[in-house]
Amino acid sequence: MPDTRTKDTTELAGAAPARPAAPSMRPLESGRVASRPQRRLAAIQRGETPPCETHEEVLAERAELVLQGFGLYYGEVKALDSVTMAVPWGKVTALIGPSGCGKSTLVRSVNRINDLIDGVRYEGDILLEGRSIFDPKVDVIELRKRMGMIFQKPNPFPMSIYENVVYPLRIDGERNRARLDEACERALEGAALWDEAKDRLDQSALSLSGGQQQRLCIARALAGDPEVLLMDEPCSALDPIATGRIEELIESLKGRYTMLMVTHNMQQATRTSDYTAFMYLGRLVEYGPTWTIFSNPRLPETEDYVTGRFG
Amino acid sequence: MVDAPATRRGAPVPRRRRAGGATSLLATGEPMLWLTGGGMLISVAMIVGLLALVAYQGLATFWPRPIVRVETLSGDVLMGEVTRRDAYEPGEQAFHGLPVELAPAVRAVVKAEGGWDRRRLVRTGNFELTGEHFRWVSDFEIAPGGERQPEWALLFERRAWGRFYGEPRRFLVDGEAVATEPAAVWARFEEHHAPVRRRWAERRALEIDDVGEINHRLEAARLAQRTAELRQGPESRAFREAEARFAATETEVDEEFARIRERIEELDRENARYAIAVETSAGTEQELSLADIVRAYPANQLGALERAGVYLSRWWEFLSADPREANSEGGVFPAIFGTVVMTLLMALTVLPFGVLAALYLREYAKAGLLTSAVRIAVNNLAGVPSIVFGVFGLGFFCYIVGGQIDQLFYAAKLPSPTFGTGGILWASLTLALLTLPVVIVATEEALAAVPGSMREGSYACGASKWQTIRRIVLPRAMPGIMTGMILAMARGAGEVAPLMLVGAVKLAPELPVDGIFPFLHAERSFMHLGFHIFDLGFQSQNSEAAKPMVYTTTLLLISIIAFLNLAAIALRTRLRRRFVAAQF
Repeated sequence: MPDTRTKDTTELAGAAPARPAAPSMRPLESGRVASRPQRRLAAIQRGETPPCETHEEVLAERAELVLQGFGLYYGEVKALDSVTMAVPWGKVTALIGPSGCGKSTLVRSVNRINDLIDGVRYEGDILLEGRSIFDPKVDVIELRKRMGMIFQKPNPFPMSIYENVVYPLRIDGERNRARLDEACERALEGAALWDEAKDRLDQSALSLSGGQQQRLCIARALAGDPEVLLMDEPCSALDPIATGRIEELIESLKGRYTMLMVTHNMQQATRTSDYTAFMYLGRLVEYGPTWTIFSNPRLPETEDYVTGRFG
Repeated sequence: MVDAPATRRGAPVPRRRRAGGATSLLATGEPMLWLTGGGMLISVAMIVGLLALVAYQGLATFWPRPIVRVETLSGDVLMGEVTRRDAYEPGEQAFHGLPVELAPAVRAVVKAEGGWDRRRLVRTGNFELTGEHFRWVSDFEIAPGGERQPEWALLFERRAWGRFYGEPRRFLVDGEAVATEPAAVWARFEEHHAPVRRRWAERRALEIDDVGEINHRLEAARLAQRTAELRQGPESRAFREAEARFAATETEVDEEFARIRERIEELDRENARYAIAVETSAGTEQELSLADIVRAYPANQLGALERAGVYLSRWWEFLSADPREANSEGGVFPAIFGTVVMTLLMALTVLPFGVLAALYLREYAKAGLLTSAVRIAVNNLAGVPSIVFGVFGLGFFCYIVGGQIDQLFYAAKLPSPTFGTGGILWASLTLALLTLPVVIVATEEALAAVPGSMREGSYACGASKWQTIRRIVLPRAMPGIMTGMILAMARGAGEVAPLMLVGAVKLAPELPVDGIFPFLHAERSFMHLGFHIFDLGFQSQNSEAAKPMVYTTTLLLISIIAFLNLAAIALRTRLRRRFVAAQF
């Protein structure tokens, strides 16, 4: 069979010689031509960094987290370029954009999990409550304790539900059973998992369903008493019902935590977030209140993306 | 992100299928099924075949067989157990032993059979009288009607000289015959044998435990004196005091020795009163002292149940007693003990070192040329012949490390070495070195298999690297690490060659663990089942008798390794249960 396939490919290539092997990073060269000129995106593709279209409403908020011309390299590859944005306190900020545009990288830079990857370099700065997180005096461990992180796939640890939730306290050396119990209950309540899990705290966390596992991970993040919650597509591995529960949960956490959420789901962004940032190839394109971004964005490129004309 | 369908660019090109493509042999996958299945079948057949051979031969060793009495044409009478039979082509000299007048007729008969005949190997025992343990008897040698199973043929297993076959004639107490009928003699024997054996066991316990304890005390006093001499000099007060203490101990010990010797002589005297007179098939009468007889039974009178009794009692002796007759008879308890203790010591040493090394290689070391070189070196270590490890163990552990330890702590005992020679500790360390690659490779695999998402989750909670390793990575990798330990134990327990250099001996006077402080004597040499197999198979004078024991010992060694592995697997299963996701 392999010989047949090779032949087919050659013939196909011969029939459409103009079509390049479409790399994922260069969507606009593909067949479905955008309806109007996307000059900004074309400029970005050429390697330029046009300034971000930031709405004034964002600047009016009290900023918890500020990125200043932040850039990141994986070895020689530039994954983020001059990202300047302020994440408002107590609100949900959604990051949208096509795959590979650096949303996850951005979120992972905020708690410096990217440090673990060999060959990562930063430029610019990120300020948490006015202090640089890259300051040599900053303890990375302490920094991460101020931020909870929820990943794409639920990643409960191979231990009991109870131990999972109190893990952030355990690593701080907390041994007081009463204090651990209290933290566990509070975190599970916060993650809307207490009613389902309270009778089976000793069971393995892996015995929970996928949606429960993700809420357990949220509970674990909450148990550490963070200021910022970083969510990297928290619902991408879940079914609609579990997604709905997580979204309700995010809604209920507003006002207490500053949340930065990556999502591919436009509806989710409109339902849950207060502000939305549109990213493209490592650059921030437009950043403003969710309602405006989705209904009346300033840039035609943003409109094309949120209405599904490309991406 | 849009991939333009090819249809927009031009006419669609129909994908052509090769005729019969879906039904070709390779597409259906049938040949691969047969290939893989066949491969598995061959592997299973080899393994099962080996195990079945060992199990069959090993389990049959202790089964009591009937005793046959054979009269040959040349007038010899033999009595014993038939151990095996085979067909062979007798050469011309095979007929030389026959009486001259019968030889041509026999030759003709054998020739009529195509020159082939059957023969049997008879274990005749009675080595001190005949000078042989076994004898081949060809079928043509046997006189007509010259083969029967005498009712009162007895088999004696003795402490020395191997087995004895004969028929009971008289039972002697203080040299006087108290019974002459076979049945009465046998009844007397059964009545007296158990008490005699009990006295003998008591005597042996005195000889080994009590005398051993006294010797130990005396040795301790002598060492104290020598230490004082070395440290303070022969003119010092400390030395004088130690000398006086040694002298006192010596007198004390002499008294105890005398007491024990007296008790031993008393037991010996009592035991020497009983003897049984047995007539061999050749008509010689031999007196056997009851104390020398380990076990006796009338082989041709036993029912199935009694046979099973003899069988089990032999197994029990095999598992629990010390060896005798240059290891070819008796038990292998010291070897079992040595094997298990050495394997456990090895596992205890190899596990922490292997896991630490693998942790560094996988978690801390930066990927680079040096790390790769170390990893390749570790893997190559697994290919080094085991005897090389033995040589290294002897040179490094025994002579250099052990020699230094002796210089520093056991100077009083020199020139006789304590740690400076082969011992169970050095053997364990040598084997730990040998099995280190197995543990390192398995642990590295297990660490690599821990999902990165779990590590990230832990780091995101603010855990440090070591906290992540200890709380998340290691528990998660534990089943894989256990697999490495199981493989290492299986490899180490079956290894023989390096042990010969670093401490395994044919006969160890003392077990490495006993009741004398400090209980685990890591410097002592030890017996090992693997070495025992080698010794039985290739170093035994009575190799024919040792052969079935080789199978039995092999069976035992395999069983012990299987048991150790099963224990480790059970532990691993318990650990693994925590990581099984019962999703939805």
